[in-house]
Amino acid sequence: MYDKQVRRRRAVLALLVAVSLILLTAYFGESPSSPLHTVQRGIVEVLSPIQQGASKALKPVRDVAGWFSDTFSAKSQRDQLKKEVQTLRTQLDRAQAALIQNAQLSKLVGLDNSLGIASFQPVTAQVISRDPTLWYATIEVDKGSDDGVRMNDPVVGDGGLVGKISTVMPTAAIITLITEHSFAVSATVQDSLGDQGVLVPEVGNPNQLLLQNLPLRAPIQTGQQVVTSGFKSGPLDSLYPAGIPIGQVSDSNTQDDLLTNQQVKVNPVADLRHLDVVQILTTPHGGSQRAQVP
Amino acid sequence: MNENFRLPIRLAILAFATVVLQQAAVSQVSIFGVSADISPLVVMSVGLLAGSLAGAVMGFTTGILVDLILVQTLGVTSLLYIVIGYWCGRLRELRDPSHGLVPLAMGAAATAVAGIGLAIIQFLLGVDAPVSFLLVQQIFMTILVNTLIALPVYALVRRVIRPALPEDPRRRRRRAYTTGGLSPLQRPSERLGQIPRSSR
Repeated sequence: MYDKQVRRRRAVLALLVAVSLILLTAYFGESPSSPLHTVQRGIVEVLSPIQQGASKALKPVRDVAGWFSDTFSAKSQRDQLKKEVQTLRTQLDRAQAALIQNAQLSKLVGLDNSLGIASFQPVTAQVISRDPTLWYATIEVDKGSDDGVRMNDPVVGDGGLVGKISTVMPTAAIITLITEHSFAVSATVQDSLGDQGVLVPEVGNPNQLLLQNLPLRAPIQTGQQVVTSGFKSGPLDSLYPAGIPIGQVSDSNTQDDLLTNQQVKVNPVADLRHLDVVQILTTPHGGSQRAQVP
Repeated sequence: MNENFRLPIRLAILAFATVVLQQAAVSQVSIFGVSADISPLVVMSVGLLAGSLAGAVMGFTTGILVDLILVQTLGVTSLLYIVIGYWCGRLRELRDPSHGLVPLAMGAAATAVAGIGLAIIQFLLGVDAPVSFLLVQQIFMTILVNTLIALPVYALVRRVIRPALPEDPRRRRRRAYTTGGLSPLQRPSERLGQIPRSSR
């Protein structure tokens, strides 16, 4: 009797481990359009209304818990923010003057002022689930292809670039955040020369970004804004429109391993751990065809 | 309801509720810069309460659900949770720990297995992220937060599945000892009467 129980227990354990390993191997080697991925997307589609309901029902609980955790960090943030307010006031004065000048110059060269988010037909979406681990930097939102969301649409929120759409279902979508290890976006530092580079997450520190491939002696200083460059190269367009804020330079004194280019550390402007609502830019290029480049 | 299906049904509902609650609420609350992860704690609790077989099955089910809902590589989380559920169940079957703080220690161990195991599998799958201080710090903080909530989670899981658990002979015997009901060593003179001095 005891032997039978032991054999049964071991058999079930071996079966479960074998099924897991088979799933892992099959899933890892398949393309995103394969049957396993399709089944997975179907199940997520079925479960997303339940998650939406649970997310709304549990919002008060989240808010209360969030209030306690936020209180701990509020004091240190207050002092930091006071300093930032001083700096930003100065910058605002300069920016307002530049804005007036820019509007006048734009009229002169016949450019329209179409850089606002509204021109990209943003779809506002609520975050319904997020990944608790460091490894998969993804969030799920309650808008999908039924609302005009498509693969690789840029996503903004909390004042900056958040990521891009990596999986689309009819009523839900998965967003890959800018801190995900495979993410890359062409970006410009708002310094005097407008130096451009490629922004990637720092290896080993997914909460920090790294702007690489900058000119070796680019005059970059801590605190300068980094925005999407939105380059165009013949028929190729960047996935992201130009001018979306990404972050601020936090350390400008780094060079790459070969000392041929400069790279700087960038803190994301959006608080990716506390996003509740994001905006998906459904026509980032006014409906033109996009190439698959960062 | 058939007695044989009571436990599996409760475990299935528990696994589903755990994953939905984790994704919809718990993972969106940051404590000390990290989010708690109740999934390994629930699997650990089921293993401790229901044994290795139920623990392993619960681990597999919960892990698959996590992988499905988060659109992750299928099989990664389930593989780790099978280890956690089976290991906790074997601990119960071999040692039968009765100390009240056992779930605390097991919760920390289960979270460590999940965190470190996930890191190792990610490295093997080729994710470009070497061991960094931040990663170690995050895993450590998650273990700390999970340890703090391990006891309430264990109590909740016990409340949910205990009515469906089969009566365990060892547990029944232990309860009999502590309550003085069935133990032959408990007050023998009351059962056998006064033993004559000559027969001692």
